[in-house]
Amino acid sequence: MMPPVARSRLLRLLQLAALGLTLGACSVIGIPDSPLNSLDPKGPFAERIDNLFWPVFWIATGVFVLVEGAVLVAAIVFRDRKDRKEPRQIHGNNKLEILWTVIPAAILASIAVPTFQAVFELTECGEGAYPVEIIGHQWWFEYRYPAESIETANVLVIPAGREVCASMTSEDVIHNYWVPALNGKRYLVPGQTTLLRLQADEPGVYWGQCAEFCGLSHSLMRAQVRAVTEAEFSDWVAAQQAPPATPAEGTPAGAGLEVFLNRGCTQCHNIDTINEIEQGAFNGPDLTHFMDRGVIAGAYKEYSVDNLKTWLANPPKEKPGSYMPNLGLTQQEIDDLAAFLETLT
Amino acid sequence: MTAIADRPTTIFRRPTAETGFWSWITSVDHKKVGIMYGYTAFIFFIVGGLEALLLRIHLASAESNFLSAADYNGLFTTHAVTMIFLVVMPMSAAFMNYLIPLMIGARDVAFPRLNALSYWIFLFGGIFLYSGLLFSGITAPTGVAGIPGNLDPTDTRSFGALPDGGWFMYQPNAGADFSPSTSLDFAVIGLQILGIASLISSVNFIVTFFNLRAKGMRLLRVPVFIWMTLVVAFLLLFSLPIIAIALFMVMFDRQFGTLFFDATAGGDPILWQHLFWLFGHPEVYILILPAMGIVSEILPVFSRKPLFGYAAIVFAGAAIGFLGFGVWAHHMFASGITTVAQAGFGLTTMTIAIPTGVKIFNWLGTMWLGRIKLKTPMLFAIGFIAMFTIGGLSGVTHSVVPSDWQQTDTYYIVAHFHYVLFGGSILGIFGGLYYWFPKLTGRMMNDRIGKVHFWLWFIGFNMTFAPMHWLGLQGMIRRTWRYDPSLEFWNQIVSVGAFVIAIGLLVFIYNFWTSKRRGEIAGMDPWDARTLEWAIPNPTPAHNFSVVPTVHTLDDFWHQKYDEDEEGRPVRKKEADDHVAHLGEIGNHPPVPVHLPNPSYFPVVMAAGLPLIGYGIIFHTSALGKALIVVGVLISLVALIGWGAEPLEEPHSPLAGAH
Repeated sequence: MMPPVARSRLLRLLQLAALGLTLGACSVIGIPDSPLNSLDPKGPFAERIDNLFWPVFWIATGVFVLVEGAVLVAAIVFRDRKDRKEPRQIHGNNKLEILWTVIPAAILASIAVPTFQAVFELTECGEGAYPVEIIGHQWWFEYRYPAESIETANVLVIPAGREVCASMTSEDVIHNYWVPALNGKRYLVPGQTTLLRLQADEPGVYWGQCAEFCGLSHSLMRAQVRAVTEAEFSDWVAAQQAPPATPAEGTPAGAGLEVFLNRGCTQCHNIDTINEIEQGAFNGPDLTHFMDRGVIAGAYKEYSVDNLKTWLANPPKEKPGSYMPNLGLTQQEIDDLAAFLETLT
Repeated sequence: MTAIADRPTTIFRRPTAETGFWSWITSVDHKKVGIMYGYTAFIFFIVGGLEALLLRIHLASAESNFLSAADYNGLFTTHAVTMIFLVVMPMSAAFMNYLIPLMIGARDVAFPRLNALSYWIFLFGGIFLYSGLLFSGITAPTGVAGIPGNLDPTDTRSFGALPDGGWFMYQPNAGADFSPSTSLDFAVIGLQILGIASLISSVNFIVTFFNLRAKGMRLLRVPVFIWMTLVVAFLLLFSLPIIAIALFMVMFDRQFGTLFFDATAGGDPILWQHLFWLFGHPEVYILILPAMGIVSEILPVFSRKPLFGYAAIVFAGAAIGFLGFGVWAHHMFASGITTVAQAGFGLTTMTIAIPTGVKIFNWLGTMWLGRIKLKTPMLFAIGFIAMFTIGGLSGVTHSVVPSDWQQTDTYYIVAHFHYVLFGGSILGIFGGLYYWFPKLTGRMMNDRIGKVHFWLWFIGFNMTFAPMHWLGLQGMIRRTWRYDPSLEFWNQIVSVGAFVIAIGLLVFIYNFWTSKRRGEIAGMDPWDARTLEWAIPNPTPAHNFSVVPTVHTLDDFWHQKYDEDEEGRPVRKKEADDHVAHLGEIGNHPPVPVHLPNPSYFPVVMAAGLPLIGYGIIFHTSALGKALIVVGVLISLVALIGWGAEPLEEPHSPLAGAH
């Protein structure tokens, strides 16, 4: 028996906890879903997973209620009281042992079958899927469209309603591509190719994230998939294949181009028709159509002129470990460079 | 005494201290070794807990700058390494050391000096691992083309960095190019040293189990805790060599320029994952099975019923051990392993739920129809069942492979394994501490404060880890220094919960400290228990058993005290009280003097050589490093020779009970 003091203290403790939970629940209403919510599928593959998750979840909840209920009942009903006789010394029951071996096995078998079906359905890309390549870098994703000779970064533009087959690899460490609304995760492994099926039913923006720990700025390695209509996709492809405009001399953008060419940017960044980095040299995001993306710095920041300028002023401060060094640009140079980058539509 | 001095000394004279500092350093007594394991692991528990608090302070806001990214990565790596290798494993080892001989009716383990050696290697390995803080600083990765990354220019520490590659040390991120700081070498070699300690223990425990059981203790009369230690010992024996090889490969990659895991040279980064998890998954069962054993001892005592389905629980434990080697790739469902492999490992993962369920149902069967005394150890045991069940159920969801593609590498997983490792292992271990505290000290822990501790932990634990399921499903990835602001609310709840756990721990420390000095005297058999270790006085006398017992049945001690009436209810024998009092009397005053293994300097000296070799390897490019390797090898070799020349027992050593 618990002494009365301890019991009242315990009661107070429990009351406090209940109060906390209620308050918590109240303030939770009004919290928006995270952009990486994995319970809100927006395409057939994520949907397939979702349809598998919920039955398993409810089975698990059933078992949970059963077992926890039994624990509570046992602890309360069979609790020692003065009038309780010593218990009969039961050593076990073979029928029960068989029962609670066979029933869980049957439940698991019923989960296993649809699991296998889903695994086999989801791992191989469908025929006629639109091919893209995803290459992981510390700490950004590069996208290539081999059929259209397009190279871009941070934002994967795909046609809505069509399956996209991403063949993926990594240039440095292992990364993990995850756009929860479209499918589960798949590693990007250096020296190997992995496949991931992606499909969005509706046009829209779907957020993603590198999910495998990949070093200092792992948490800032984001991804975005922008699904567009077929017509918009054709336009986008055409726009990507067109060269960017060259800024006129004497304008801030023109001055920015000089900064781009002379302050080391070209060692890593490529802009079609303006410079060509050597194959095999250190690779930074292709900037040809920089303004198309709407995000910067590995998609962890929305594009704005201010965000861009803060980034250019000191990349490693924004993104720990960043391979883009602090180039020591003056404020004038930063302004000009930003003006130039804004012309890269 | 003269007899010792007469014998020609080999290298050191035989230590003779029976109390004080040197008696602990040179002790080969399994009880002292166990207690040292316990205290050391507890200190690391505090350290690992403080690391967790720092992480939770940081994560209380989405855009926090409380920790730098480098320190954050270092802290989550070290928190994991500490809690797994320096807390749960050695705390389990503490119980095993202390209890195996007592529960099987033996005077010590099979190899007492090896036992001391494994403790010292563990201690030095742990210190070695943390000593990296003194020798390594934050270093930027050099990346693919040898172009250095950039760090915050204000952070130019030349020391004070923690290993930052994750406890799983995935290659090539934890290789030399991407994690150049020597802090990671301290983790790699530190784990290697700790592995040696565990390997030695496992051999020792296996031999003890098979050879030193009391007369009549047939295999199916062995207490479940001891059975689980046997399973764990075999898991260690077969899984540690795998990680040893893998760690050597990483060490060679990092120190000597080999390319095992470098894809650009034809190496395979995924090979590391297979090797790591082929060890890493059995490791999970190494962490949980001892706690399952502890709970299986506590439940019958406080339900006043025998363990329900004893044999089923034993076989289920063994089955978990076997199956534990066949599920490793479920940690790699997203890695691009073949479809068939994914389906296969999903299936094996599901099957492991069956023996686990058998255990849970049998524990419930033990409580059912019992006469449950809700003392603190029992609360922890019940808490174990309740929380471990949640961890087990979320574990089943991982076996649903496509579902796991969504949940892997998110906080959902963090929630899952904390329900197993904290809600399971740690609750079980602390239940065991409350239960066997009188065995160690002769005094009782304060039950009322113990209950406060339990409820603080139970509430704090669920506040901390239950919301993580939701956070994971909402897409919060693991090992993340920043997260989406929409997740801030639940992260704050989690952080508050972590502090509730910390307060609970303080309550425990207070209870432990005061109970040890002023707690109620336990006397003989304070819990009316069932197993042999309670048939001797509290605290345990140095020689354990004055008369080595003969065992006639499972729960032999209980049956010495109780008969059963025609309904099968226990009736205390008339002579039971006298019998127990007699056991206490004889336990402290052996009728025939008992020979005990003598203390020895050699285990601690031999262990001392290993960290020196470790430092030498890390700094092998310098002359000092090379010298350290030589010195370390020499010290261990000299100790080995001295050890070999020194008998376990002096022929005329002092006899326990004779003074």
